[in-house]
Amino acid sequence: MSSIPYYPAAERPQTYLNWSYRVKSWLFTRDHKRIAILYMLSITLFFFIGGAAAVVMRLHLLTPDGTLVQADTYNRLFTLHGVVMVFFFLIPSIPAVLGNFLIPLMIGAKDLAFPRLNLASWYFYMVGGLCAVIALVAGGVDTGWTFYTPYSSIYSNTNVVWAIAGIFLAGFSSIFTGLNFIVTMHKMRAPGMTWFKMPLFCWSHYATSIIQVLATPVVAITLVLVIIERVFHAGIFDPSLGGDPVLFQHMFWFYSHPAVYIMVLPGMAVVSEIIPCFARKPIFGYSFIAFSSVAIAVFGFLVWGHHMFVSGESMYSALIFSALSFSVAIPSAVKVFNWTATLYKGSISSATPMLYALGFIGLFTMGGLTGLFLATLGIDVHVHDTYFIIAHFHYIMVGGAVMAYLGGLHFWWPKITGRMYPEFMGKISAFIIFLGFNLTFFPQFLLGYLGMPRRYHSYPPEMQVLNVLSSAGASILAVGYLLPLGYFIWSLRYGKIAPTNPYLATGLEWQTTSPPPPENFDVPPIVTEGPYRYDLMVSQLGTPLIAEGARIQTTGSAVK
Amino acid sequence: MDTSFRLLPQQASDHAASVDHLTLAMLFVSVFFTVLIATLIIYFAIRYRRRPASPSALKEAPKSGAKHGALVLEVTWTVIPLIMVAVMFLAGARVFVRSQQPPVDAMTFNVVGKQWMWLLQHPTGVRETNALHVPAGKLIRLLMISEDVIHDFGLPAFRMKQDVLPGRYTSEWFEPTVPGEYHLFCDQYCGSEHSKMVGTIFVMEPAQYRQWVEGRPADVPPRVAGEKLFAQYGCVTCHAARGPTMAGLYGRTVDLEGGGTVIADENYLRESILYPSAKITRGYPPIMPSFRGQLTEEQVMDLVIYIKSLAGATTEPYQLQNLGPATQPHRAIPGPGPSQPTQLPKGQP
Repeated sequence: MSSIPYYPAAERPQTYLNWSYRVKSWLFTRDHKRIAILYMLSITLFFFIGGAAAVVMRLHLLTPDGTLVQADTYNRLFTLHGVVMVFFFLIPSIPAVLGNFLIPLMIGAKDLAFPRLNLASWYFYMVGGLCAVIALVAGGVDTGWTFYTPYSSIYSNTNVVWAIAGIFLAGFSSIFTGLNFIVTMHKMRAPGMTWFKMPLFCWSHYATSIIQVLATPVVAITLVLVIIERVFHAGIFDPSLGGDPVLFQHMFWFYSHPAVYIMVLPGMAVVSEIIPCFARKPIFGYSFIAFSSVAIAVFGFLVWGHHMFVSGESMYSALIFSALSFSVAIPSAVKVFNWTATLYKGSISSATPMLYALGFIGLFTMGGLTGLFLATLGIDVHVHDTYFIIAHFHYIMVGGAVMAYLGGLHFWWPKITGRMYPEFMGKISAFIIFLGFNLTFFPQFLLGYLGMPRRYHSYPPEMQVLNVLSSAGASILAVGYLLPLGYFIWSLRYGKIAPTNPYLATGLEWQTTSPPPPENFDVPPIVTEGPYRYDLMVSQLGTPLIAEGARIQTTGSAVK
Repeated sequence: MDTSFRLLPQQASDHAASVDHLTLAMLFVSVFFTVLIATLIIYFAIRYRRRPASPSALKEAPKSGAKHGALVLEVTWTVIPLIMVAVMFLAGARVFVRSQQPPVDAMTFNVVGKQWMWLLQHPTGVRETNALHVPAGKLIRLLMISEDVIHDFGLPAFRMKQDVLPGRYTSEWFEPTVPGEYHLFCDQYCGSEHSKMVGTIFVMEPAQYRQWVEGRPADVPPRVAGEKLFAQYGCVTCHAARGPTMAGLYGRTVDLEGGGTVIADENYLRESILYPSAKITRGYPPIMPSFRGQLTEEQVMDLVIYIKSLAGATTEPYQLQNLGPATQPHRAIPGPGPSQPTQLPKGQP
């Protein structure tokens, strides 16, 4: 972080950013806030690597015959895109950046329970990430991010082992982060911060952490088995060696389906904070939202078989997994209805974070409803492995998780950096992203129903119009993502100085300075109220409504 | 093939129509909820927008917010989606179960997938690559296996799809009703030329199909080829005398050495030829040699089809004269009920 908030030298307070500028103070930091910044820089790098691959693919698909790249290159591109986006962007994104930064602040703790483990998680992530990206770029991997056997274990002639080794290492970082969050939330809550006074952000991250800790070891073992079969020809997955190829799919999806919830639950966490703040209302149905997060985490472990309805799974398994998959819809719907109800009779601001949060609800609703098509057996057989599924999971992961991440980044940017983001540019880019996203991915639902298979380097000519629309959308989306990159960097030097609590939000993180001091709170907070008392806020704090940019003199005080 | 722009895929079977009906019904529900949520959000965002002129709005607005959720509402919007998804599950399951149970009187075509082509064989013995000609109004069953990685035999115009696995048979059936040309896609990523592992399904009037088959170079039907292999590899030496007889084996429950039983389906027959010691029939010594590496997947399929024909129950309607001149389309698709006759034992994919 090259730039820090500007104050006249005499009254410059010590913050987690300015207490030391030495490189060592960053690389060996045990401060959860600095580790969050390290993660933020790294996942941004990986996001743009993965995004670049997507742009080349969409350009290539402008014509049915695909003239831009060769088939082998195309196969490496979608593998690069999938592996980087799933394992090195989406999974760490909100938990490792915003969760890392905010959970100790939100529960009134000085740091996470295991600061060294937190730092170690970043090193595992970086070594894994670089290992995988080098393998994916230099020479490449052509298996797709799903590494289906026996293609990945026997037939592919690419750097599968190195890519898998990278994912294996990054898995540890995910486990460390989850473990840290669970212990922190159990042991380090401030006096008065009971479980049901915790912000919903923490509840969702608790649910996410459970998945990370329980599911990640399974994919790690599975991927090691792929390496063992690839290197030593031990018969595990390849039938010609006596293995079972579908076994891999069971083990892979036992992690990778819950992993979808690792990606989207933290998105729900962010949205549950933004909506009450900008509607100035206590969130509707707090405990229903909290328990629906836990329910999603639990049900998420029971639905992996819906990835194998056409894989040779027995008809009876398919029936059970279909029924269980539908069950995930209930807690998801409950959340959407509660967020919407929170808006009722609120005082609704259209600030940038709110635009992202409302966009999230709309896109997540569409992603969730199309998920019902996929859980419906008769329909899934037709749309399985087509662009329909591509569109569906991009609505959840990009329309859901990425929109929420960007919303959260705007929301907490003043707290993280001490600077305000430019509001007008923020709104513009939120609209561009919403538009570009829908134009990119909505046509893919239609392409999928037409039957266009995923991972195709060329396609029948009658599908060109929809592909061109999708590629046009992708170019708009790319602009939408570059804009925040630009103005966030700009704001570090030229943005307005952020007050302690620019949105008059509740929540402990808004009671400490922006950016917070190294130890988070000058005076350890004592909690007496629930997390979303927007009904009490104004009178209780006795502070007038202050325009953005002014400072509120409540620094370090205990929450009333 | 019709390559003009379209929004919906061609509909070439009754199953395709029932999948589309299901999709339309779900689409209706989805659009209703999307519009409902979007309307509420936009309406609330405008109706309750923050008025910049009166900061006091902040102090007054949240009065109703003191009510922390209403149990009646929460229960309502939990129970309504629950009922809805239960109905969706049942509707989807009904279509699926029917599509997974091959009818008894289907014509069985053999499919071998390998990087990156489809090798197909008609019951009459005619061979094709990346193309399949089938008569309209007949039930078409595909017995499929891969020689290398996982492929998938995807038929969008018939709304059917099934992975083609190495080492194990899977099957898929459809009943084309509308003559025409339709896409065949490999839907499971299988390597460099995955997107070139495509082909065409030609649905013809039965009389036309008959004419087409007769115009092709004659080949040995799989059952006859299987019979020859059965003699050539000396199977007949044991399986007519010392060994378990093949007559009536297919579809029967076999008692195994060491307890347990297995239903003699196509996968059991394949496994017993290639890995004879995997499941030993009770009362017989484990002396059968393995034929792994000696037979191609196509030859194993021929043997399996021959052994099936010995069970009598198998009436492969591969005789061309059965097709006759343009018959009425077959409409007797078995439903999901347990009383419906199915050729395959339970557990068969």
